[in-house]
Amino acid sequence: MTSIPKKHPPHTLSLTVNGETHSFILGKGPNEVSPSHTLAQTLREKLGLTGTKISCDRGACGSCTVLLNGKAVFSCMLLTVECEGKEITTIEGLSDPKTGNLDPLQQSFIDHTAFQCGFCTPGIIMSTKALLNTNPSPTVDEVKEALSGNFCRCISHYHVLDAVMDVVKKEGNQ
Amino acid sequence: MTDYRFIGKSTPRKDARDIVTGKIKFINDVTIPNMLYGKVLRSPFPHALIKNIDTAEAMRIPGVEAVLTHKDVPEWMGGASPLHVRILDNKVRYVGDGVALVAAETEDICEEALRLIRVEYEPLPAVYDVEEALQPEAPRLYDMFPGNLMPPENRIFGPHTLQEVVIGDVDKGLEEADFIIEGYCTYENIPNPMPPEPPGVIAAWEGSDTLTVWSASQGPHMFKVALQKRMGSINLQSIGSPVGASYGSKFMSWQYVLPAAALAKATGRPVKFCYGKAEHLAAFTVRLGSRIYGKVGMKKDGTVTFVSGDWLVNTGAFSETAQAMVAVGCGEAQLMLRCRNWNLKPKVVCTNRTASGQIRGFGGQELKCALTPIITMGMEKAGLDPVDFFKKNYVKPGEDFYWRDGIRWVCRGIDFSAAIDRGAETFGWKEKWKGWLIPTSVKGAKRRGVGVGVHGNADVGEDVSEAFVRLDPNGTATIYSGLAEHGTGQRSSICKMVAEILQLPLERVSVTPTDSRVNPFELGPVGSRGTYAIGSAVIAAAEDAKRQLFERMAQKFNVLPEELETKDGTVYVKGRTETKIPWIKGMGYDSTCMGHGRFEPDFSQPNFMMIFTEVEVDTGTGKVELIRVVGATDVGQVIDPLSLTNQLNGCLGSAGIDSALFEETVFDTRLGRIMNPNMIDYKWRTFSELPEMEHVILETPFPSHRFHAIGVGEITPSPGPSAVLMAVSNAIGVRMNDYPLTPDKVLRALKKIATTKRRGKR
Ligand code: FES
Ligand code: FES
Repeated sequence: MTSIPKKHPPHTLSLTVNGETHSFILGKGPNEVSPSHTLAQTLREKLGLTGTKISCDRGACGSCTVLLNGKAVFSCMLLTVECEGKEITTIEGLSDPKTGNLDPLQQSFIDHTAFQCGFCTPGIIMSTKALLNTNPSPTVDEVKEALSGNFCRCISHYHVLDAVMDVVKKEGNQ
Repeated sequence: MTDYRFIGKSTPRKDARDIVTGKIKFINDVTIPNMLYGKVLRSPFPHALIKNIDTAEAMRIPGVEAVLTHKDVPEWMGGASPLHVRILDNKVRYVGDGVALVAAETEDICEEALRLIRVEYEPLPAVYDVEEALQPEAPRLYDMFPGNLMPPENRIFGPHTLQEVVIGDVDKGLEEADFIIEGYCTYENIPNPMPPEPPGVIAAWEGSDTLTVWSASQGPHMFKVALQKRMGSINLQSIGSPVGASYGSKFMSWQYVLPAAALAKATGRPVKFCYGKAEHLAAFTVRLGSRIYGKVGMKKDGTVTFVSGDWLVNTGAFSETAQAMVAVGCGEAQLMLRCRNWNLKPKVVCTNRTASGQIRGFGGQELKCALTPIITMGMEKAGLDPVDFFKKNYVKPGEDFYWRDGIRWVCRGIDFSAAIDRGAETFGWKEKWKGWLIPTSVKGAKRRGVGVGVHGNADVGEDVSEAFVRLDPNGTATIYSGLAEHGTGQRSSICKMVAEILQLPLERVSVTPTDSRVNPFELGPVGSRGTYAIGSAVIAAAEDAKRQLFERMAQKFNVLPEELETKDGTVYVKGRTETKIPWIKGMGYDSTCMGHGRFEPDFSQPNFMMIFTEVEVDTGTGKVELIRVVGATDVGQVIDPLSLTNQLNGCLGSAGIDSALFEETVFDTRLGRIMNPNMIDYKWRTFSELPEMEHVILETPFPSHRFHAIGVGEITPSPGPSAVLMAVSNAIGVRMNDYPLTPDKVLRALKKIATTKRRGKR
């Protein structure tokens, strides 16, 4: 009697990004997620969420910052397979999905022109969001500390701080 | 001062919502169907001949579509004038130089293929020091450049392109001088402007004669012109994307576009070619190295009687713009120093390190960072306050200078003395300045010092800009301009100018995408030219369109066109607002008014930036902390206050002020390698280390255009580095001129650790 070769079911992975759950097959093929892929790669290349930027790709600049269960992480330093079952929020998920209303932080960045080239902006906004999640009324120094891993070469820092502190003030937290 | 509806008011950037929501598409966010990826195999040797390359194994990997070597790339040439660099050559000239190109279905497959290319090198001796490279026995990088000396440029800015400053009679200046100072200074830490977005492009061919490139170029239209020069007369469409910052470095970069075009040609498919950060930092472009042996004569009252010297410019393996930067630097020296007698001779030299590029400060920063410390030795001898000295010597209306075109221009701009006075007052200069090499204050091991620097260019009116403004009957206006957005908000600012002229709500004015087939000629937003040069073309186009509109509407009112006015898409007779007719009533639904504007170069209105710095030096650890920065300028008229302060704040980064404090590309001269091509070892300023920052912005009208404004963005970092040297020298009482002032150098100056030999051969 010949045994029928057993076919392994494909390994799958599910990710919850901006409230939606996506399933991927793990593998090397063009439509699969490779076990060596970083979260940043998967977000950008498989989900088309290019708002998450890659600059250094080595955990040094914060351009790729997203929220993982509400905490700021460098998505270039996480493998996608490590994020199974976690809640991920990217810059695209910050505004209200139904109304399109911007998060107050986003609006404040617009009002203060808190960017120049804007490449660092999604990362900076996400890091700030993570801070405000845990500390809704930070001092300027706490904001600086929370953003110290975010590179901004255009030197938009001063306007960023104005934008963030304005939100803190407006939300009646300080 | 005129009260405008938009000009001078803070308005949100047009692209703001896309930026804060992540919708904006930078070049690496774009994919096009059927696209391949491209990568470069890079040389591990600083100088070597390629004896053999075997690509067979790499070609066998599934998904690899092309592997190109020096044997099969097209004969397109890059480098400076004369064009002298092939895309790939049988010789490599720096660690990181291209050896082979791969196109494949994914970047991972590209990487795998690169590993399988076998190369046999014959290493050659290499040279890194600018003076060693000039020696007769030095290794030669290019056969066509004996002594590694690039010939002076005589085309780029016309037949008289400024390649030295030789004016008057230095001997006379020698006689007139009360003090003669001789000095040597280098600005050779080759900082990297390091925009967050690495350089990138997508290239695609239609047939064999039409190429489209999408790129993060800072000047997509000029890029097209430059590429056509390098590739022959092909049809070329250059489409810009938002620039994830550039600071000059991504203005025109054939070195990644030509390989992408070659791969796209070889495979018949679109190819995306985006550098990784290590490539960006080690194999793209850094600042020119600058070294000066100078001599300066000065009178007791601060009159400069002569400046002479050798300016040695190190381009690394090549530089597309070194001679152009020398031209601008030579002009900018004259703006800073009123002096009748000059003999400043540059030499542009190739060496075996990464290429140099154009960066904010364009030649002037490189020159001044080395020249100013020598000049300040004269001020010290004469016991002069540097603020008074700069105020006395900065170019004033009616005074002349030779600009980059070698032509004598007379300044018809404004006097910046008021900006200097207000800057000094805001900074508290009088109270803080205690004299040369004297600290402002001493508290235990902590010593504070202050320093000041100045910079300006006449490039605010450089080169040609063209624009169209089209009025549509529905009361909207479209600007046709090849202007790329690279962070200064300039695309929004030109909308404000047009909205002001046409009195349209800002939402009803837009700009076309930066597509060279749609738009007329535009050099691009460089050299602080956005406000005056680009602005003038756009303003002229809007005025022209408005004139056409009034011609058509005049019949409706039975008046002359000049008697009409427009607001919010309607037209009325001046002073008679009760009868307003919408544009469509005069234009019909089936017509447009297309206005045309062109700006011709004008180098007669220099801009100005003064930077005051206060530092605190810990004499125990050698650490220098930047405590406070005050910038002073006069821009004629602010267009957008927030975009302006953003650009002024930019003085710290992009190889600016911080290149005097901690920024450097660390180069290992044993292996010819850059040791810190990553964002951890290349130091940059973080949010937690921000100095106090304040700006004095005056608005004395310039005779520039309707809004009397000029730009200043490009130059804001340039006065900073030499100001920091001055501040630290004053704080510790020892003259420091070795950028960047890292703790080891400070401790050495304080004789707390042993000294080592300086660079420089004389
Ligand atoms: S790209 Fe992830 S930290 Fe720099
Ligand atoms: S805005 Fe350009 S890097 Fe931050």
